[in-house]
Amino acid sequence: MSRGALRCSGAAASRAEEVMANDILRPRLQNAALRGGLAAQRVRRAWWMAAPMLLVLAAVGAWPLLRTIWFSLTDSELSNPGDYAFIGLENYVGEYGLLASADWWQAVGNTLLFTGLSVSLETLLGLGVALLLNQASRLRTLLRAALLVPWAIPTVVSAKMWSWMLHDQFGIVNHHLLALGVIAAPLAWTADPQLSLFSIVLVDVWKATPYMALLILAALQMVPVDCYEAARVDGVPRWQVFRRITLPLILPGLLVAMVFRTLDALRVFDLIYVMTSNSRDTQSMSVFVRQQLIDFGLVGYGSAAATCLFFMIALLSIVAMGLMRRTFERAAA
Amino acid sequence: MSRIELRGISKRFGDTPVLNDIDLSIAPGEFCVFVGPSGCGKSTLLRLLAGLEDPSAGEIEIDGLLVNHLPPAKRNVAMVFQSYALYPHMSVHQNMAFGLQHRKLPAAEIERRIADAVRILQLDGLLQRRPKELSGGQRQRVAIARAIVRQPKVFLFDEPLSNLDAALRVQTRLEIARLHRALGSASMVYVTHDQVEAMTLADRIVLLQPLAGRSDVPSVAQAGAPLALYHHPANRFVAGFIGSPAMNFVDATVKALGDGRVLVDANGMCCAAQLSPQGLAVGEPVTLGIRPEHVLLGEGAQRARVSHVEHLGEVSHVYLELPGISTPLLAKSYHEKIALGELLPFDLPAQAMHLFRADGVAQARGNAAGRSVEAVDG
Amino acid sequence: MSGLVKAGAGSRALAPGAVPGQPRFPWGCIGYWAASLLFIFVSVFPLLYALSSSLKQGSGLFSPELWPKAPTFANYSGVFAEQPFAQNLLNSLLVAGSVVTLSLGLSLMAAWAFGRVEFRGRGLLLMLILSASMLPQVAVLSGMFELVRAFGIYDTLGALIIADLVLTLPFTVWVLVTFMRQLPKELEEAAAMDGVGVLTLVFRVYMPLLWPAMVATGLLAFIAAWNEFLFALTFTLSTEARTVPVAIALISTPSGFELPWGKIMAASVIVTLPLVALVVVFQRRIVSGLSAGAVKG
Repeated sequence: MSRGALRCSGAAASRAEEVMANDILRPRLQNAALRGGLAAQRVRRAWWMAAPMLLVLAAVGAWPLLRTIWFSLTDSELSNPGDYAFIGLENYVGEYGLLASADWWQAVGNTLLFTGLSVSLETLLGLGVALLLNQASRLRTLLRAALLVPWAIPTVVSAKMWSWMLHDQFGIVNHHLLALGVIAAPLAWTADPQLSLFSIVLVDVWKATPYMALLILAALQMVPVDCYEAARVDGVPRWQVFRRITLPLILPGLLVAMVFRTLDALRVFDLIYVMTSNSRDTQSMSVFVRQQLIDFGLVGYGSAAATCLFFMIALLSIVAMGLMRRTFERAAA
Repeated sequence: MSRIELRGISKRFGDTPVLNDIDLSIAPGEFCVFVGPSGCGKSTLLRLLAGLEDPSAGEIEIDGLLVNHLPPAKRNVAMVFQSYALYPHMSVHQNMAFGLQHRKLPAAEIERRIADAVRILQLDGLLQRRPKELSGGQRQRVAIARAIVRQPKVFLFDEPLSNLDAALRVQTRLEIARLHRALGSASMVYVTHDQVEAMTLADRIVLLQPLAGRSDVPSVAQAGAPLALYHHPANRFVAGFIGSPAMNFVDATVKALGDGRVLVDANGMCCAAQLSPQGLAVGEPVTLGIRPEHVLLGEGAQRARVSHVEHLGEVSHVYLELPGISTPLLAKSYHEKIALGELLPFDLPAQAMHLFRADGVAQARGNAAGRSVEAVDG
Repeated sequence: MSGLVKAGAGSRALAPGAVPGQPRFPWGCIGYWAASLLFIFVSVFPLLYALSSSLKQGSGLFSPELWPKAPTFANYSGVFAEQPFAQNLLNSLLVAGSVVTLSLGLSLMAAWAFGRVEFRGRGLLLMLILSASMLPQVAVLSGMFELVRAFGIYDTLGALIIADLVLTLPFTVWVLVTFMRQLPKELEEAAAMDGVGVLTLVFRVYMPLLWPAMVATGLLAFIAAWNEFLFALTFTLSTEARTVPVAIALISTPSGFELPWGKIMAASVIVTLPLVALVVVFQRRIVSGLSAGAVKG
């Protein structure tokens, strides 16, 4: 390989060949960084920098997930996890499989009802609170601090606090409702099967509305002020301004917040587990999974349920991302 | 000594060529300015030298050492950025010391170098300040000081004055020129879009032209001493870029060829140009060029009507309407009493004329003729 | 709760274009204040009531007044005396602290790679990392259980630290990448001219500049790890290895008949007050971190 052939400036001599020529002809440049150009060195360095995080995430995320999916195809049990047999889709479609289990379908129903109710309430309330927060006012700092209180309180703690407030005999809620004459007899908020899921929704709304409000607020603050000013100059009524200007402009942000909350609500565990334990009437899919997996020791069966939940959420994420992309493109156009 | 050699350098971003086929040699101690309109790739060329970008083809040698694959820090160059790029969380002192500490220099040596830089750039009393507590001019000087302490063989400046206001720009320009003399042996490569900076600072100007997506156009329009580019532009692009206000261009055809003389016809106006007739043919379309400062007003055989006058104080810009030519001919005049609509006699001296062929290449001028143009100047 | 619905409606009437301090008609102003005050009350009341209950004892606990007739700290001393609650607090602190340090360190390095270098597969990897934050915890539970047992760290804090990383890492990477992208590239080039390595660049040049973002992200990671319940419940067995949320969830009386509500509330207050203080002090940073993670992403 002659150097002259490679030297033809700007010609098609590939970088690899150039580098080889350099290695051979310029021994004084014995630098480890010689392979590839500076940009290539940078990319290699980027991989090294990302590697620790990617490895950790693979080890604590991807690998356990794959193992869970694998376990779902076996009859593994917690007492002796090494000793299991491959049983195909038995855990899903077998005679005693997931799809034939009333408890599972009850858990699915509970989860969907919980998600639907809490996310819609949180969206409405979050929007209201975000509009409150978007006002320049002396109350603003106080409002924001108050907003973050329910959000920062551990879910377990809020579940306990509300359980106590909703206590059927000594709870402050029953006490005041009785005193006001709204109810005739104390309600068993967390024990009554008719009520318990709604109590759980109530606590979730209390706890998660702030998160929703913050995300919507961020979207609100990106609406350019001159839009409002133009509308005011045109004399558009306030309700119309909200409906025709604010809402369309914050819609992408609102949707993102709703998707995040929905995916979060679908995997609800702490709240339900602490407030009503493993009660069948309120059991969510996550609670069902843990009960099968840990309490009953059925690793295979529980993993099958977990896999179902995972694929449900994955499917929903993909659909949501597609929808959001469309909305974003419309908003951008 | 630190000679920079660029051989066959090309750079493309994706499919878009940014720099084509650059061969350039920068002598030790030389002050070399890359100038050109925006999009000509001058900053990219500087970044290739710095090692912040890879060339797509070609070789870069600094001091006889091929540096294509050396990271910036190993090239013995220092760079002053347009935005200064001072570390915002470090004091002025730390900003200067940071790089030196990483080269494991002894502390005493670091302090000595910083003290030198502080003296040269008058940074006394600022050492403990953070960049945001400094004025624009002070930040600029700190950025230069940070380059000086590294004692590089080559200084690279990327439009260092563009963030300063006009008065400070002139002052800092002088300071950089002084610095270049003081540092002696180090080469400086300086990027600017401002031809005044280029003309005043450069030992040599490298004028780059935008490629507009073509890969068959050379990037370097002309390289040479500032006055060489002014007096002997190699092509129409150079002629139009250097000089302010820009050169007048008039379409014309060759009428007759003589010994060291070319006669052209510009829409009925007949002019002589003291240029080599080599390669020209009678009837060939050409472009006539003459700088506004070379148009003689108040004498000569031609006459034209004044369509507009701009009084700048020291000089006036007079726009002359020529029959059949859409753009008026611009002339500089030191007379203030020129009235709009006046019919003025003017002359286009043959020794100040430039002629460009259809492909933009300038018609060469004999040595004797070149000198006579400079004489017109004086 | 219905009051909050009204709060939304009231503010809506006022919201766009209203000039604070000089509303066009006082109804909007009154509505705004009423809605705001109601909202603040609803947000804060449960915590205040928990505080009040924690200071009551015996039959006093069963009367609903907010101000205790005979305030006592017996519940607080009881919490520490009857179980290793101090140990649980320390556990929570250790777990959350380690998770924050590990997540921030790993994410900052990765954020440089993802935020400042263009390489093939970057977009795809970022999407994968984002989707990891949607992962339901129970979906990794059995696999993680196996991992924890294989490492022999069942019933230790190590198990929780490792497991919690799956909750914090996607988020911290995402937020830090967002912030890293906003830094000027010249700074990095200046560092390259100075010859500093990429680790020095990240930890000595970028980290000081990203300090606000680091605080915000770190706080969010801290809260996530401090509040984590499912892993802590599943991967610990002994009371000494529990973190605070599990300890609170499992507080019971020996008879198992009625829960010791006073002590539960006392423990809740102990866990919550530092968190609330942190959040109130850093509210601006937290809000910026939350919205950077969601909206800009």
